[in-house]
Amino acid sequence: MKPIDLNIIGAKGAIAEEAEGKWGMAIDEDLCTGCQACVAACAMENNISFVGEEDAAYGRTMHWIRIERFWEGEYPDVRTTSFQPMLCQQCGHAPCEPVCPVFATVHSQADELNLQVYNRCVGTRYCGNNCPYQVRAFNWRDYERPEPLNNQLNPDVTVRQRGVMEKCTFCIQRIHQAEDTAKSEGRELQDGEFDPACAQACPADAIVFGRVDDPDSKVSQLSRQKRGVKHLEDLATLPRITYLKES
Amino acid sequence: MAFKNHIEETHGEQHLRQKHLMLDPKPRGEMNAMVMEAMHTTTWKFWVVVALLSAVVLFGLFWSWGILIAEGMGVAGVNRPSYWGIFLVNTVFWIGISHAGTFISAILRVFKAEFRRPFTRAAELMTTFGLIQAGFSIFMHMGRVWRMYWLMPYPNQRLLWPNFHSPLTWDLLAITTYLLSSTMYLYLPLIPDLAMARDRTKGGWQKIFYRVLALGFRGTEGEWKHLRSAMNIFAWAIIPIMFSVHTIVSWDFAVATRPGWNSTIFGPYFIIGALHSGMGAVIMVLAVVRGTMKNMKYFIRPEHFEAIGKLMLIISMGWAYFFFNDFIVQWYGGDKWTQTLLHYHESGPLGYLWFFMLFVNIVIPWSVLWNKRWRSTPWIVFIVGLLINVGMWIERYIIIPISLTINRSPFTWKLYQPGIEIPLGIGTVALFILLYLAASKLIPLIPVWEVQEGQMAHSLKKYGRESVVTVSELE
Repeated sequence: MKPIDLNIIGAKGAIAEEAEGKWGMAIDEDLCTGCQACVAACAMENNISFVGEEDAAYGRTMHWIRIERFWEGEYPDVRTTSFQPMLCQQCGHAPCEPVCPVFATVHSQADELNLQVYNRCVGTRYCGNNCPYQVRAFNWRDYERPEPLNNQLNPDVTVRQRGVMEKCTFCIQRIHQAEDTAKSEGRELQDGEFDPACAQACPADAIVFGRVDDPDSKVSQLSRQKRGVKHLEDLATLPRITYLKES
Repeated sequence: MAFKNHIEETHGEQHLRQKHLMLDPKPRGEMNAMVMEAMHTTTWKFWVVVALLSAVVLFGLFWSWGILIAEGMGVAGVNRPSYWGIFLVNTVFWIGISHAGTFISAILRVFKAEFRRPFTRAAELMTTFGLIQAGFSIFMHMGRVWRMYWLMPYPNQRLLWPNFHSPLTWDLLAITTYLLSSTMYLYLPLIPDLAMARDRTKGGWQKIFYRVLALGFRGTEGEWKHLRSAMNIFAWAIIPIMFSVHTIVSWDFAVATRPGWNSTIFGPYFIIGALHSGMGAVIMVLAVVRGTMKNMKYFIRPEHFEAIGKLMLIISMGWAYFFFNDFIVQWYGGDKWTQTLLHYHESGPLGYLWFFMLFVNIVIPWSVLWNKRWRSTPWIVFIVGLLINVGMWIERYIIIPISLTINRSPFTWKLYQPGIEIPLGIGTVALFILLYLAASKLIPLIPVWEVQEGQMAHSLKKYGRESVVTVSELE
């Protein structure tokens, strides 16, 4: 397919309609136990700051993935719903992208992901407002990393300064590493050859990652099930994550 | 009394002259001297107020801003999901304030409303000074304000441009255009008065100041002709600019995918809201100027409060109309999230703000301003203007942080609690007043030539026993 410049006016909507995306995810809510291993793994992999109790309680957690838990009724007649891991949906038609005044929130042509260019971000936080999934994390301060966590920073991922927005990248460093390895070995990238940190850490294998443009990949097969739903699909954001749950 | 009729005036005529500035002419030299005296009379109270305001500006604006830059946005109250807080509220508020200045000046000048003459300058100053506060507020809001020049379209080696799809880029361009054009529009009618001040200043830095700014204006026929056409062009051009700026500000919200924001009526609703708060601010400024500065009781009279009071009443009705229009369509639409939000506005933890807003924006003006005597009394309209401004600030507070609390992701719902925004907001108010105080000592607050021109055009004619006010076309 000929690469198309998504920044041309008018191109975005037309292309997004048919774009099925490249990388995608299937999250099985019936398997998820809400153990938060994905949250911890993501924080370790992506050098996410620890904001401390006070800021976390005030709604300033910076996790790129979170486990949402809902319930109905009052104790003791509580009916809980399943756990819902929420992370950037890597929308094909992302509301966060057009509102950034400096192109810090851009769509990658090569990976078909929503990228955040930390160096370019000036911190207007418009993208955070416009994200219907509320999955973008802002660096409210320069948070300190308590000993010995300052020694575990992932060298493949930058650390971010105060005042910039950040978000899930589908572990783009792992995607590129796997692609480079496959290229140097002169072969195609295999399905399931690598996983982002959250999928790798999930003990229940509730998170499956792969190519959604390959109909034979595991994630495509799972997404085609009747159980599959997209989150807030009526907004036409074309999310790349399919949630599987018996309804 | 060279300007008055030789024939003895009736009681009715005297009453008319006492009431209307335009019918109560003074010799030019005397009036010029009055304005110069008002500018130069400075009491110790003035310096006390200046000192207090300077302290507030230093602490509230500069010290707090320094902390905000050094520590990060964490010292402010913003959180997820309320990524925007009082900084944006203040930005919209100040842009709103700045609107009435141009509205009064340009629209009334274009429509040749004669009562505008003594206070166009005071209103125009509000535009420029208000926009400065709006600029401050928006830069405070940025996470990395030291990179703010990235928002400007400037040529650079990496061919990086701002994103012209983003409403924030439109905003920046609109506000910059508005600041530049309104400053020029403030400056043009100021030139004859600066020349007057130059001729009446003996030496010192003031002489140089006025001489440079007056651009060598001597009042020849050709100079007046050019000045008039320039002012005419600006007065016409600035009206669409004024409408576009606040519409663009409203698009920041209206184009977003948020319940409560995504409303097509936001453009005119924001414009009428801006005029509502701006009119209140103009009347407050006029009441303070009349009450504190020397000789101002001659220039600013109850008739002016009365005229602006009428405008305020009409604008309040317009605001109520657009508010209802915005509310009913969203409510009737029945979208789940919008309904949740509207319900939250009225009955959430800050629901009392919503009712207070309606009370001070609608009930108070409607119940006070219909009365001619009340709306001619400076202190009453001052209080009404103040309440309207509080109400309009609350309206923006409801639109921004309170509406942001409710989104399509209920897991993240969180109430916003302001932090360092409060001293910073107070600092912008103090800076606004401080700039006004400085201006009142540096430039004539009353456009003397405009008043004199009006007085020349107005005359009382007798038809039988009836005295009739006539206005001749000078331009």
